[in-house]
Amino acid sequence: MTDIALVAMASIVMAALTIAIGSIAPALGEARALSQALSAIAQQPDEGNTITRTLFVGMALVESTAIYCFVITLILIFANPFWAYVTANAGG
Amino acid sequence: MTLTPDQILIPLGPVLLNATLVFTWLVMALLVLVSWGVTRKLSASTRISPGQNLLEVLVEGIGNQIRDVSGQDPAPYLPFVGTLFLFIATANLLSILPGYQPPTGSLSTTVALAICVFVAVPLFGIQRRGLRAYLHQYIEPTPIMLPFNLISDVSRTISLAVRLFGNVMSGTMIVAILLSIAPLIFPVVMQAFGLLTGLIQAYIFAVLAMVFIAAATEGQPPDELVSQDPDYRNGDP
Repeated sequence: MTDIALVAMASIVMAALTIAIGSIAPALGEARALSQALSAIAQQPDEGNTITRTLFVGMALVESTAIYCFVITLILIFANPFWAYVTANAGG
Repeated sequence: MTLTPDQILIPLGPVLLNATLVFTWLVMALLVLVSWGVTRKLSASTRISPGQNLLEVLVEGIGNQIRDVSGQDPAPYLPFVGTLFLFIATANLLSILPGYQPPTGSLSTTVALAICVFVAVPLFGIQRRGLRAYLHQYIEPTPIMLPFNLISDVSRTISLAVRLFGNVMSGTMIVAILLSIAPLIFPVVMQAFGLLTGLIQAYIFAVLAMVFIAAATEGQPPDELVSQDPDYRNGDP
């Protein structure tokens, strides 16, 4: 297998694995946070504003791990430094 | 398909500028012109112009949010946090205009905004608590925590930048992908969803900046705490 095929295959497979595995934990965490917040709002509707604001901020923090994975995936697909290196070497 | 608006070049007269710069200046010009135009004819009577009403609601709302989050008087933080919110919200909401590329979809813009927060946190903290008390919070509760506190300062700046960039850029990219596979209705739906995401991201960025500033400014210098309240170390008075 040539270097180009190897780098291309590794990049694509790892990009898919990164976003697939990396989104599992944040999804579970956000689902848990949301369900807790909903039951809290159901118990105390007056505190809805505070709970919603804290929920948004907390979800943004939880979500950042998923976004790191997403950015890594995009770098692997669209701005891969190894791909640029291999194609430049293959061209001469 | 381009990853960031940095790579889109727009010829503007004799010079070639990238889309990030052009649209950042567009947003800035829009904000300045609207604020300038509205504040030329302010009135204190009961009959106010629609623009004044809008600006009053915005300033009041941002001030109330800052007071809720930090539990302090919002006046010192309102200009900084309000500017962050208004800039990001305008930059994201204008993406309903055809041909507009949100400048917040570029990592350069979001890193610049995050560095503003990174610099503003110690400035506000030192201004309110003094240099010694501010630095003392890095070795609380023990000096072992010093490297972790330093790492957290840097990593939260990075995550602030990458979160905004990732969200806005993914919105733009999903619309671009949908245009090639289902160009009839779905891009419009995702675009409308992008407006909601954009506003929430602006809100989250401002609230997180305020949370970081509040963490650096709240509390009193440790010496005063002990001298003011002898029961402080025994738990709640």
